Amino acid sequence: MELTGAEILVRCLKDEGVEYVFGYPGGAVLYIYDALYQQDDVKHILVRHEQGATHAADGYARSTGKPGVVLVTSGPGATNAITGIATAYMDSIPMVIVTGQVHTWAIGSDAFQEVDSVGITRPCVKHNFLVKDIKDLATTIKKAFYLATTGRPGPVVVDVPKDVTMHRAEYSYPEEVSIRSYHPVVKGHPGQIKKAVDLMLSAKRPMIYTGGGVIWSGASSSLTEMTRMLGYPITNTLMGLGAYPATDKQSLGMLGMHGTYEANMAMHHCDVLIAIGARFDDRVVGKVEYFCPEAEIVHVDIDPSSISKSVKVDVPIVGDVDHVVKEMIRLLKEDKRTPDQAALAQWWDQINEWRAVNCLKYDRNSSLIKPQFVLETLYNVTQGDAFVTSDVGQHQMWAAQFYKFDKPNRWINSGGLGTMGFGLPAAMGVQLAHPDATVACVTGEASIQMCIQELSTCRQYGLPIKVINLNNRYMGMVRQWQEFFYEGRYAMSYMEALPDFVKLAESYGHIGMKIEKPSDVEPALREAMKLKDRLVFMDFITDQTENVYPMIAQGKGHHEMHLSPERELA
Amino acid sequence: MRHIISILIENESGALSRVAGLFSARGYNIESLTVAPTEDPSLSRMTLVTRGSDEIVEQITKQLNKLVDVVKLIDLTEGPHIEREMMLIKLRAAGDAREELKRLVDIFRGHIIDVTIGTYTVELTGTGEKLDAFIQAVGSTAILETVRSGVSGIARGEKSLHL
Repeated sequence: MELTGAEILVRCLKDEGVEYVFGYPGGAVLYIYDALYQQDDVKHILVRHEQGATHAADGYARSTGKPGVVLVTSGPGATNAITGIATAYMDSIPMVIVTGQVHTWAIGSDAFQEVDSVGITRPCVKHNFLVKDIKDLATTIKKAFYLATTGRPGPVVVDVPKDVTMHRAEYSYPEEVSIRSYHPVVKGHPGQIKKAVDLMLSAKRPMIYTGGGVIWSGASSSLTEMTRMLGYPITNTLMGLGAYPATDKQSLGMLGMHGTYEANMAMHHCDVLIAIGARFDDRVVGKVEYFCPEAEIVHVDIDPSSISKSVKVDVPIVGDVDHVVKEMIRLLKEDKRTPDQAALAQWWDQINEWRAVNCLKYDRNSSLIKPQFVLETLYNVTQGDAFVTSDVGQHQMWAAQFYKFDKPNRWINSGGLGTMGFGLPAAMGVQLAHPDATVACVTGEASIQMCIQELSTCRQYGLPIKVINLNNRYMGMVRQWQEFFYEGRYAMSYMEALPDFVKLAESYGHIGMKIEKPSDVEPALREAMKLKDRLVFMDFITDQTENVYPMIAQGKGHHEMHLSPERELA
Repeated sequence: MRHIISILIENESGALSRVAGLFSARGYNIESLTVAPTEDPSLSRMTLVTRGSDEIVEQITKQLNKLVDVVKLIDLTEGPHIEREMMLIKLRAAGDAREELKRLVDIFRGHIIDVTIGTYTVELTGTGEKLDAFIQAVGSTAILETVRSGVSGIARGEKSLHL
């Protein structure tokens, strides 16, 4: 039977097993919306701004491991989606974004709501397509999902002109698709894996450093098994939190600019570094010249271009992380050698000394609400079992430091691009995917206002997100850098004219709470968590002067960490 | 160091802009770039000349390989290879200069492919250095216009870049 292009597109999504499409209608996608309207398999979530659609799809993807799907119109619909596409690209999130386009005959004529979507998205997608012929539509959608979800995942844009959605063609969805130029590597090179295992077993001061690749590969349990087998210390990047249980004694927490003292010092002094599914980002590495000066480095990554990009490694292994780690486990089990226990015990003694510094200590007797206290309490009240999304800034770092993630796919934040406005819409995607779970959006009064209109979407779909607004009346991280590096000239970082967030939440039909005393933090959080079917916007008025510590200044090494000024190390 | 990267790429609209965009976005330089379809019309062959340290060129080839439209590539400078560039050059050729220019074209094994009373248009093929030498030999006052194709390259011997 012949279907219209719009019907074909919707059928493709259904056959791909898509549960939710996040989008916003407009002229170029009216046929597609008409086709969506006439079926019940694929549910559409109407956002209030296209940026919200992309972040929501992103949150859905990060919390489920499945691709997120977005539908927006041509022109401004596509340009509004760019921030979310770039966010997903930087963090390697599988997404398929369908953008409407003007009629094929109008392309290039500066038509109403025309923009070169393929051109404008090219630098921030894994790949993109313009479908000029209805005969290519189904295959292109199949290719888009295949590219988005295999190899190093990423967003794929499919630009569909209006007349293509209007024309008719026979529908058949390809079972599978192959692209002659695209063959992601799965298995690692056996010789390299062997070499890596030899090096790992010879280590006196080993360190395991893992990133988001472990989560996307679904390698959390194999990584945990291998780490326990070896008894080595492990640190996770911001993107990799939850890949190894944070409450386990072998976990040293996060590393990098605001990582723990023990993680960064162990990085600096290790003799063998085992990097898995991490990309040596500048916020992790600090100054390249000072990075792990004594270490021989193993690096496992699915993307060859991640290897030796910023830091030269000794044993590169290109392959799927889960596959490679399982192979490492097999070799370790076969091997008669074991790690040097005496050396390892000495190494742990040293690490425990660093740990005893208690680098995340903060003032618990303050009369003001300390943001760290809110997050610690959130962790306790939710028993560490919530999905936590965040925006970008100080609150993001505190959440990463104080919420101990024991499971993967629970910590949802924009790491690479650092997109303010990400948290709330991302939480919508997470809550839709996990309707019964507790979803907390940790944010600040600056970030939340970048996508605050999505409170309306939350109301429409009854999403009971708990918004944890750490309100210090400043763009906190900007203020912190201005204090440290610009002699306290707080240029444009003070948030004037803030709305009354309680009234704002109420006007959207939600519950608002304002919390001003430390003693109210826990009772308020407990009360909010009891309101299982309501969104609660919790406006915590926090200490304005609090800074994120420890900190490595830009361009410094891991050994040059600063604790808070009153506790500076000799 | 100078590298010549040969690429087989899908002959599709937008493929060239993906390569050019990659170079500008990542701050790599392109000395020259030529592209045309091959005997298989679904594929284009691109020859790209770039400069950079070994680390940068390694990243360039990895990033190019990551582009979905790139089917295959080699760095020709890793082995023995031949490179050629074609130039069309229009010269002022009147009076006494005509004979001298004709001799010069012969010495460089070029061809005069268009003639008027006052001009010669010359076709010359060779390495970049040879074309540079010819330009120097005729002198800038004689030159009315130059068009260079950019470098095309191919590996010597049995080695070939194909699917």
